Amino acid sequence: MFKKEYAWRGIATIGGLIVIGLTLTIGVFLAYRGSATFFQFHHTLGEFLGSADWNPVDSAAGGGTVGALIFIVGSLVTCGLALLIATPLSLGAAVFMTQISPRIGEKFFRPVVQIFAGIPSVVYGWVGLSVLVPFMRVAFHQQVGQSILVAAIVLAVMIFPTITSMTADALTAVPKTNRDGAYGLGSTRWQTIYRVIIPAAKSGIITAIIMGLARAFGEALAVAMVIGQTTALPTSIFSTSKTITTEVAAQMGNAMEGGELKAALWTLSFLLFLISLFMIWLIHRVNAPKKED
Amino acid sequence: MDKRIASAKRADKIATVIFCIIAAMFFLLLFGFAGYVIIRGIMSAKPSMFGFTGYDDIGNQLFNTIYLVFISLLVCVPIGVFAGIYLAMYAKPGRFTKFLRMCIETLSSLPSIVVGLFGYLVFLIVLGMDRSLLAGALSISIITLPLITTTTEDAIKGLPSGYLQGSLGMGATKWQSVYHVLLPACLPRIMTGVILAAGRGFGEAAALLYTAGSGSRLYWASTNIHSAVNPWNVMRPAETLSIQIWNLQVNGQNQDLANVSSAVLMVLVLAFSILANALSRHIQAKNAGQVSGGKKR
Repeated sequence: MFKKEYAWRGIATIGGLIVIGLTLTIGVFLAYRGSATFFQFHHTLGEFLGSADWNPVDSAAGGGTVGALIFIVGSLVTCGLALLIATPLSLGAAVFMTQISPRIGEKFFRPVVQIFAGIPSVVYGWVGLSVLVPFMRVAFHQQVGQSILVAAIVLAVMIFPTITSMTADALTAVPKTNRDGAYGLGSTRWQTIYRVIIPAAKSGIITAIIMGLARAFGEALAVAMVIGQTTALPTSIFSTSKTITTEVAAQMGNAMEGGELKAALWTLSFLLFLISLFMIWLIHRVNAPKKED
Repeated sequence: MDKRIASAKRADKIATVIFCIIAAMFFLLLFGFAGYVIIRGIMSAKPSMFGFTGYDDIGNQLFNTIYLVFISLLVCVPIGVFAGIYLAMYAKPGRFTKFLRMCIETLSSLPSIVVGLFGYLVFLIVLGMDRSLLAGALSISIITLPLITTTTEDAIKGLPSGYLQGSLGMGATKWQSVYHVLLPACLPRIMTGVILAAGRGFGEAAALLYTAGSGSRLYWASTNIHSAVNPWNVMRPAETLSIQIWNLQVNGQNQDLANVSSAVLMVLVLAFSILANALSRHIQAKNAGQVSGGKKR
């Protein structure tokens, strides 16, 4: 009588199992492929993370160097700059739409921001390449125009909507009594915002920033279009460089299967996987209920 | 004392002005960006660009984009919905459920290039497929799977508990309640999730770079489903709009075409997210009892 019941329950469980299986497979495959750099080609972790000497050989013989510091620094600098640009503006916009003008905010601002969160990254990249790059050539007398700064601006515009809409959610979630209490004690609106509401929504805001960072870190093609793709450590914000994602995206197609270059690229991909795990851990850490004493 | 109050008031006014300026800038930026992309697309459009020849036009790429996303939805919607039902209805709190949630979170935060490389590794190297529409579609479905799962779970959990209790009370089994009562009730919400997923799929490029390839020649009268130029063949390489923009950028020959293709892609994605947004607002309004015609309550 309950045969059907169990059958469907089984199917629903299989759906859950597929999700788990998929995630594990991705992790295991990347770890397995990425470990070849260390076990098959005998490079050390210190060399991979700490050296800027990137010259893997495109054959199974090995013997090149796999220092990925350039890409790690490139990623950190571009994403850091992007956050520096995007965070204050996003925070301001979120405060505006939740505290200063909630009516315009709810009816108009929030939907618009959510819609813009979905714009494809290649479009951002293409506009950056065809507008910002020529502009940089003229305005700052740059020879190439592509630079870390342009990449950071493109990323900042891209993560704007993400950070804003999540911050706005966090600000709305602050209990109304907090605000009423602050006003009741005679605070001005600005005092209420920065003394009461922002501290109360702190963990939500940090989560929003981490999500924005995660999106910026994982972006490949939009950055690849505007960063100039030079294998060198950046010396200023106007210099060209590479990030982890752009190097992987650019080289993976050319590398020989089983070669040292390919192994090193898989290691970079595994590093990306680990970084995204780390960001999730960070978010959990921020949102963990604090033990009150 | 008066001085302090005055300065606090002044700070408040300055802050308000700054916030308004930021908000205005934000708006200008977003609308300027969207307007710029679309207007520039219209300016550089030529009628020949909307053909289906595969030479300097976008027709085939547009078809590939829609077909690819459609196939990826065919794969990820059933799995995602079932996983969501499992989480909402059958999962018991414990290690397994916790781990499942962690997996969903991991999947949803994976950079799309990593998913693309995984697809490349599994479908092309391990399974020996060529770069194909199917490999691309499967990679996209990995990206959209967590979105569908969480939307389904939230949709079911968001229903008033009376739905399930009433159904169980009438003697229905759990699955009968899910299938006949809960799923129909939260279908619009799940649809919103599917539309959002489609929007994400349209714009995805990094995941397709090494999986879907860049074939754009199609022979529309072809009847041989195994032919590499048959539009419906899922094993053929397929260039989508986003990959086309990337390829044009690499080769750098036809700026106008890239402009048109960006504009079309943008309009496509905006249309889908506006649709999803309108739908979810409609649902909210309905739940709040503001839409006339709803019989309940």
